[in-house]
Amino acid sequence: MDRRLHILLLSGIALASLAGTGASAQEAVAAPETPQVVEPQVERREVQRPEIDTENFEAGAFIGTISIEDFGSSFVYGARIAYHFTEDVFAEATIGTADAGRTSYEDLSGSVDLLTDSERTFTYYDLAVGWNALPGEAFFGGRRAMPSALYLTLGAGSTRFAGDDNFTVTLGAGYRLLVTDWMALHLGARNIAFDSDLLGKSKTTQNLQVAFGLTAFF
Amino acid sequence: MIRFLLTAALLLGPLVPATAPAAGGGDRVVVQDAYLEFRSGPGRGFPVFHVVDRGESVELLRRRTDWIKVRVDGGKEGWVNRSQLERTLTPGGAPVALPGASPESRTAHRWEVGLATGDFDGASVVSAYGAWAMTPTLLARMDASHLLGDYSNGWLVTAGIAHVFMPEWRVSPFVGIGGGVVRIEPKATLVQAEDRTDETAYAGVGLRGYLTNRFLLQAEYRGYVVFTSRDDNEEIDEWTVGFTYFF
Repeated sequence: MDRRLHILLLSGIALASLAGTGASAQEAVAAPETPQVVEPQVERREVQRPEIDTENFEAGAFIGTISIEDFGSSFVYGARIAYHFTEDVFAEATIGTADAGRTSYEDLSGSVDLLTDSERTFTYYDLAVGWNALPGEAFFGGRRAMPSALYLTLGAGSTRFAGDDNFTVTLGAGYRLLVTDWMALHLGARNIAFDSDLLGKSKTTQNLQVAFGLTAFF
Repeated sequence: MIRFLLTAALLLGPLVPATAPAAGGGDRVVVQDAYLEFRSGPGRGFPVFHVVDRGESVELLRRRTDWIKVRVDGGKEGWVNRSQLERTLTPGGAPVALPGASPESRTAHRWEVGLATGDFDGASVVSAYGAWAMTPTLLARMDASHLLGDYSNGWLVTAGIAHVFMPEWRVSPFVGIGGGVVRIEPKATLVQAEDRTDETAYAGVGLRGYLTNRFLLQAEYRGYVVFTSRDDNEEIDEWTVGFTYFF
């Protein structure tokens, strides 16, 4: 960036903060001068903030299957934590890991190994925004109704695979069923997409995960 | 290490709910509105299945976002919106305060958190940040970013201040300055690959637009100067867009 623009920005901030402190100093001087003409006869009412257990955090674990492009399908497990801002919107952080299998080239050629065992570990994290698109209720028998929601998530993060960190975009859809007030079952699918040049030419790999999860609200 | 943590989380996960507090006795309030609507779930779409009249008392059990689960003496439980419970009194007759979002929270909030993504000199960046509002217009801000490029990866942690010019406007401009540490790890395939950690300073401008009383969309440009150990300092442009939420 142009250095002059830096200087302009810095001096702008300095001026703005100076203006702010000047105004408050004037108020501080003026305040004690005002004489008390009328004694207010207002009965003071204490507002009480009731003690209530706010449960907007949701944390838990998931297990499932992930199809790692070119490397077969593997068992995947991980943890997720979410914060529910409103009844519609939440933020979610997810971390998951799997051991990638072998490419068909490695299997057919017999003795070739493209990756070491530690490089085969596939670990991703993402920070996502979620939307409860279709909230509703699910009925179990005739006497139990449980709140549920079909939600969509869009996130960004990183995937470590083959000894390299890759910028990752995730897109997911899931179903959340509140079995009790504080416990939820999740069934969800997500696509974990990142660019990789592992097999010679650069391409966007799509890694689909289907997982079952259990979370608690607290 | 990550795998160990994950395994621990997976094993301990089912144990966590055991410590979650059971819906026990909570504070009681007396209804002042004409009636309270009990819904079957914590959301505006759930059906109203019960109504409690003015003068009756209800017990507050738990809260999720803007919905509060309450119980009447007969044992019937339902979810009530915060706005209806704001006009209730304690059994002693004092007004009840249940904090929530309002147009005032745009200028009266204390904390902000956000997620952002964008471009850092050709690399992708994923950021999480938090800010404390010292005054309605002055924020103390901290950012942690993961940099993911074609030739190198890295981390960037900064702290700084930001000045929001008109926080009451629907879209308000802001400027910021700060400093921090950047760590760059070139990918192993490059010759002379050497990790380096340098100090950095930035100046930035941006726009924040309110989506609701609690959410805003934020776009920001930052010019970084990285104080390298080489002869020249490095100048880097960063463009990001993200969501911010207030507390």
